[in-house]
Amino acid sequence: MRNLWIFISKYNAFFLFLIFEVTSLIIYVKNNSFQRAEFINSANKVTGGLYAKADEFYGYLSLKEVNDSLARENAHLRNTLKSSVYADTVTKHKVTDTVYKQQYDYIVARVINNSVNHNNNYLTINKGSKQGIAKGMGVICNKGIVGKVVFVSDHFSLVQSLLHKDSQFSAMLADNKEIGHVEWSDDMDPHKGILKDVSNNARPKVGEWVVTSGYSLFPKGVPIGKISSLRTKGGGYSLNMEITLSVDFSKLEYVNVVDNKFSKEQEALEAQQKKDE
Amino acid sequence: MTLYNLSTPFLYILFILLLPFEIPNVLLFVLAFITGLTIDAFYDTPGLHASACVILALVRIFFISVTVQKDGFDNEPEPTLSNKGLRWFSTYVITLTLVHHFFLFLFESFSFSGLPYIVVRFLLSSLFTVFLILITGLIFFRKKERK
Repeated sequence: MRNLWIFISKYNAFFLFLIFEVTSLIIYVKNNSFQRAEFINSANKVTGGLYAKADEFYGYLSLKEVNDSLARENAHLRNTLKSSVYADTVTKHKVTDTVYKQQYDYIVARVINNSVNHNNNYLTINKGSKQGIAKGMGVICNKGIVGKVVFVSDHFSLVQSLLHKDSQFSAMLADNKEIGHVEWSDDMDPHKGILKDVSNNARPKVGEWVVTSGYSLFPKGVPIGKISSLRTKGGGYSLNMEITLSVDFSKLEYVNVVDNKFSKEQEALEAQQKKDE
Repeated sequence: MTLYNLSTPFLYILFILLLPFEIPNVLLFVLAFITGLTIDAFYDTPGLHASACVILALVRIFFISVTVQKDGFDNEPEPTLSNKGLRWFSTYVITLTLVHHFFLFLFESFSFSGLPYIVVRFLLSSLFTVFLILITGLIFFRKKERK
C-alpha cells in the first residue's frame, strides 16, 4: 500500500492528467450530439440491449409530457373540426369576403381538483384568465360536456360541473333534433342525468344519443349521454327522460374549455348585416 | 481574408503557459481545466477546450522538467520571454501550442475524415497563435535587472 502511494505521488502529474482528461472528455462526449452519435454507434455493438432497456425506462418517465402534447394536439384538432367553425351559409350572399369564421376555440386544461359525491360538484382546472379563460365558458372533454366556468383567477378556474343542482344545459336528441335541456338526476348518481322539456311530438328511443344543441355555450353535437329510460315522473306537457352520461366525471383528467368567439361578435355582425342590406 | 476561415488563434493558452514554474501540479491541472471550460462556455463546445488544456498542462510539466533546472526558480519564477530568453521561450511556445492545437482540432473533428483540411487548419492556427504569443511576450518585455 505504501509503495502504491509512493508510485502515485511520484507520477502524480500523470494521474491528475488522467482524471481531468477523462472528466473533460466525458463532458465533451455527453454534450456534443455529433460525437455522441459516433460514440454510441461503437458502444451499441457491445451494449445494444442495455441501451434499449434504458430507453424503454426513459420512455415511461416522459409519459407526462407525451400526454400533455397529445392533449394539446387534440385541442388543436378540435379547432379544425367542422363543428367548431361557424358556417355562415345564411348570410353568404351578403357577406362575400368570408365563408367560414372560427367560432369556437378550445383551451386544453388539466383537472387538478375534482369531486363527484357532493350536492354541488365543482372541479378546478389549471388554466385561468392568463390563458384566455373567462367566466361563463363551457367545458368539455373528449367524451362529452363537463360543465361551465364560474370563477376565474390568473392561473386557475373553477368549473361548475354538470353534477350540480343549478347546472342546466341546452340539449337535443341526436336523431330527430328535438330540443330540451339536461340536468343532473335527482338521486345524485354521478352517471345519470335527466333530459327535460322535450316536445310531446318527439319519439325518443332508449339508447338514442343526446347531444348539445348549439344554442348555449357548446358547439352543436357534443355528446352528453344516451337515453336509458323513458319512464320518469313529472312532465305533463313535455317529456322527461333519464340519460346515462357519457362522461365519467370521477375519472376526468384533461378538459377543453370552449371559447365561443361568436358570442362576443354577434352584435357587431348583426349590425354589419343590417348595414349591408 | 480567406486565411481567416482556416486560421483561428487561441491566445488564451498563454495564461496556462505563463503560470509560475513552481505551481503545484494539482493547481495547474485545475486551472487548465477551468480555463478550458470557460472558453468552452463561450464557444458552446463543453469539454473540448478543457480536454485540450489538460493535455497542454501535462506537456507543460514534461517540457519544464526536461529543460529547466530546479534550482534556478528563485530569480526567474515565471516562464516569460524576458526571463528565459527568445530561444527557450519560442521552443516552449511552439511545442506546447502545436500539442494543444493538434488535440484541439483532433477532438473537434473526432475522426480522420477530412484530414487534409484539419491539418491545414491546425498548422495555420498554430502559426497564428505562436505569432500572437511572441508579440505579446515582446510587448511585456522587461530587461533583466543585473544584480
